[in-house]
Amino acid sequence: MSQPETIIEKIWNKHVVHQEEGKPDLLYIDLHLVHEVTSPQAFEGLRMNSRKVRRPDLTFATMDHNVPTIHRNVIKDAVSKKQMETLEENCEEFGVSLADIHHPDQGIVHIIGPELGLTQPGKTIVCGDSHTSTHGAFGAIAFGIGTSEVEHVLSTQTLWQAPPKTMQVKVNGNLGTGVTAKDLILAIIAKFGVRFGSGYIMEYTGEAIREMSMEERMTVCNMSIEAGARAGLISPDEKTVQFVEGRRHAPKGEEFEKAKKEWLALATDEGAVYDSTVEINADEIEPQVSWGTNPSQCVPVSASVPDPETVTDDEDGVRRALEYMGLEPNQPIESIELQHVFIGSCTNARLADLRKAARMIEGRKVHEGIRAMVVPGSFAVKQEAETEGLDRIFTEAGFEWRSAGCSMCLGMNDDIVPPGEHCASTSNRNFEGRQGNGARTHLVSPEMAAVAAVEGHFVDVRNYTSAAERVI
Amino acid sequence: MEAFVRHSGLVYPLNRANIDTDQIIPKQFLKRIERKGFGKFLFYNWRYDDDGNLRDDFSLNYPEYQDASVLVAGENFGCGSSREHAPWAIQDYGFRVVIAPSFADIFYSNCFKNGILPVQLKGEEVSQIMDRAEGGECYLSIDLVDQIVFDGTGWSATFEIDEYHKNMLLNGWDEISVTLTYDDAISAFENQQS
Ligand code: SF4
Repeated sequence: MSQPETIIEKIWNKHVVHQEEGKPDLLYIDLHLVHEVTSPQAFEGLRMNSRKVRRPDLTFATMDHNVPTIHRNVIKDAVSKKQMETLEENCEEFGVSLADIHHPDQGIVHIIGPELGLTQPGKTIVCGDSHTSTHGAFGAIAFGIGTSEVEHVLSTQTLWQAPPKTMQVKVNGNLGTGVTAKDLILAIIAKFGVRFGSGYIMEYTGEAIREMSMEERMTVCNMSIEAGARAGLISPDEKTVQFVEGRRHAPKGEEFEKAKKEWLALATDEGAVYDSTVEINADEIEPQVSWGTNPSQCVPVSASVPDPETVTDDEDGVRRALEYMGLEPNQPIESIELQHVFIGSCTNARLADLRKAARMIEGRKVHEGIRAMVVPGSFAVKQEAETEGLDRIFTEAGFEWRSAGCSMCLGMNDDIVPPGEHCASTSNRNFEGRQGNGARTHLVSPEMAAVAAVEGHFVDVRNYTSAAERVI
Repeated sequence: MEAFVRHSGLVYPLNRANIDTDQIIPKQFLKRIERKGFGKFLFYNWRYDDDGNLRDDFSLNYPEYQDASVLVAGENFGCGSSREHAPWAIQDYGFRVVIAPSFADIFYSNCFKNGILPVQLKGEEVSQIMDRAEGGECYLSIDLVDQIVFDGTGWSATFEIDEYHKNMLLNGWDEISVTLTYDDAISAFENQQS
């Protein structure tokens, strides 16, 4: 029998076009996702060199970062408008499919890939966007690239990539009730830091991961980049296959049956060896809240903000983060007053996320002084949510119900948090100024964000009853 | 792309860890469709006040660093978003070399496409440079051929870099042109897939 292999090696080796001593591997790319922000200069480069897009059939574009989430046809910002028009022109000129703001497939690029069945196990997937790791949830090698590499893939459908080191992130046991996939990934980054994945492709394994839905797995893989990893993935299983089946771009009939066998065979072999392994116990994890300016700076909701006097590492960094966040050392997390709540982003704006958040607030009202907003991850999510009546639950509680896009995750459109104000956000980055200049972001799960909206500050969602439980 | 062989210049020390690409170039400047002109927005939220005036309490604005072309920073430089606008801003501002104990992977690889040399040195070596540059004028020479950083006082440090990236910078190669010479191999791969 051949040597046992990890899924990472299996996919990688199948995609090597050329291998040579002293060079990275030339890796074939199966799917290239494109959005308006990181592509204009790449298309311009093609034009300047009279090059074309090698495989328009493997390239798919959408608009997400700039799009307004109210009155989406009214783009006030002339520079944003120009960027979106440029993508339209480029897609037209180079023959690339585009889901623009008038298209029912439009949405955050990492949400629509899986939705449309473009994302499939075993593929190599890239996008000029670091959260491309999301697609790894399907057992694909998916990673973010810069604009020069976008141009390189458009032109050659390949990339020069050094073979990755492999890491197993083993999650033992199961998450407790009220503890989510978001809490797990935040706890992993809090425990191991923002750099531990550097140079690695990580595979998440263990019981808690197997128990998770595909949506939850996407939340975990999404934030692999926040651990510094090149990519994060999960071996495919029946859940993966079921999720993909029947989607528009998925193989059909006999093709599907054949693909299914191949997909399941990708899973890491028993006895395969990783270059590194880290472990975490799921049952010890509590709901997490970030207090600082990088995603490793988070603690359980029951805890307090750290004291720079007593931390053992990066005292200056802690001090600077507290100053930026306007927090006192040892301040309890539950005492942080909020002004904004944002439920959205490629981390947590799928239908399952919105359902969970809605369940927490049904029949309740957003606390006075809080501006709360839900931004579905795609137009399809928005429509399905409306069919289920989730929009009414949110609006009746006092949330704003918006249309799909990145929105307040990075505040490139009008959705920003004003300086000095605190926002409970289901997104993935709490960097300085990310949600607006001077904005103070706290990363949390959708459930935690929902109950924080009602209470005006953080509370432990595990002590909070959902509408369903209240009825009983 | 502009080749990089060696460079000598004034050091600007920015003693912070985990400087992310949102800090290097904030999102409001990502709407532009050009590659050039990002230098004036480098570290925008640190360099400018709310009215858009240069702040005199941020060190990059100090007169003594105005000609700096070697940026020295703390670990995990360039983490976060994959935006190539970050190296574009660094390069357009006038930096040719970034020295740090570690870099985020995507940022590191983006540098090579833009004629910037990212130099990874040991933590203690970076601290030595940082101390010197914070204490007074500090000039460094960086030689890519010999993979060495040195100054006029006899101090030096060597660094690792893989052959592929090294050759790309030394020759100022356009990577796409190189890859297109493998067109047959790519086509063969595609034929065997279908
Ligand atoms: S939702 Fe946020 S993190 Fe995700 S792609 Fe958009 S801007 Fe990036």
